[in-house]
Amino acid sequence: MTSTVYQNNQNYIDFILHLADTNLILAQRLCEWCGHGPILEQDIAISNIALDLLGQTSNYYNYAAELIGNGATEDTLAMLRNEREYKNLLLTELPNGHFGDTIVRQFFYDSFHYFLLEQFLKVKDLKLQSIVEKSLKEVKYHTKWSSEWMIRLGDGTQESHDKIQEALNNVLPYVGEMFIAAPYQKALIEEGLIPDPINFKAAWLAKVNDILEEATLTADIENTYPQKGGKVGVHTEHLGFILTDLQYMQRTYPNLQW
Amino acid sequence: MVITEKEIWHYLEDVPDPEIPVISVLDLGVVRNVEITEDEKVNVTITPTYSGCPAMSAISISIRKKLIQQGLRNINIINQLSPSWTTDWMTEEGKQKMKAYGIAPPTKNASSDDLFSDEQNIECPQCGSTDTRLISQFGSTACKAMYQCNDCHEPFDYFKCHH
Repeated sequence: MTSTVYQNNQNYIDFILHLADTNLILAQRLCEWCGHGPILEQDIAISNIALDLLGQTSNYYNYAAELIGNGATEDTLAMLRNEREYKNLLLTELPNGHFGDTIVRQFFYDSFHYFLLEQFLKVKDLKLQSIVEKSLKEVKYHTKWSSEWMIRLGDGTQESHDKIQEALNNVLPYVGEMFIAAPYQKALIEEGLIPDPINFKAAWLAKVNDILEEATLTADIENTYPQKGGKVGVHTEHLGFILTDLQYMQRTYPNLQW
Repeated sequence: MVITEKEIWHYLEDVPDPEIPVISVLDLGVVRNVEITEDEKVNVTITPTYSGCPAMSAISISIRKKLIQQGLRNINIINQLSPSWTTDWMTEEGKQKMKAYGIAPPTKNASSDDLFSDEQNIECPQCGSTDTRLISQFGSTACKAMYQCNDCHEPFDYFKCHH
């Protein structure tokens, strides 16, 4: 039974879609690595992380579909929405680049994701809480994995250090968006339905800076101008290409099932 | 024929985990509840080990098939996320079977709450040494990590702790 506070609440639905879309797009990106990882173990690790994210996505979409009604399903939400309807963080649509680029993107999302879910354990919505409770255990391992790689590459050889420092500089403008509430998110925060990511920003920053220090990397996160728009459907040029791949079968053969 | 909940639990002992067939779905701790309603419907509540675990639909089908073989028809499998699955729900017997199969079972309290530390002192399922090292946080499936024994040098899968 879903409470009426959430049913037909467009802000709430948009926010659940934002969580789902962010995970889906990152999972899709990570899946591009499958069979191309630098070594077998890491190829497998990346695919496993993608699988966790995809499973969480499915939980969120199913819940959003329940709130939307009108015949919406997890499949229609993933396969039949256009670019401007997608609400993922810009960070997650950035290209994989080399292994270091992927690690930096993952590190920023994982560390944020971990703190976000931890805060969301306290939401009143039991359905959302159950998805979060499940996801948090998985994301803990993702965070360990990407943090470890930040340190290994940063505090590795001169070449690995330079490459990951450059990757870090490139990704930095996409980090700030995680903490800027979209209008639908702001409304829900004001109603007390969801926590504000600003609440855990200091704790997140401290953890991230610890890792960066150990990795001998430098980043001025606070003073980097953030690129934003993903949460409200304004994307980089990359998303269209991702969706073209992702939605190809369903767009080409409508209602295809197997 | 009147079937009891106890008998259903008994039938489920024979339903293997699709990925580690030496242990049953009961050993794994994914079956959370069995209930027979007044109108003789059988409700089996299961919980996923991982959000994206591809084995869940296979487990669901296996349970249904097993109960159909026992003559039951009105079967309802319920997927429940919360309380979320923990390795503490695995049976001691299941852990022993897993070890004999070559997978190091989850060690209680091995998982540190420190976000950035590894699970230490994992026992090698081949030689029993605890002098082992982590190769990768992720193994052949999301629920396992890869380790190597520093004594007998055998690599092995470790079933990760989930609290």
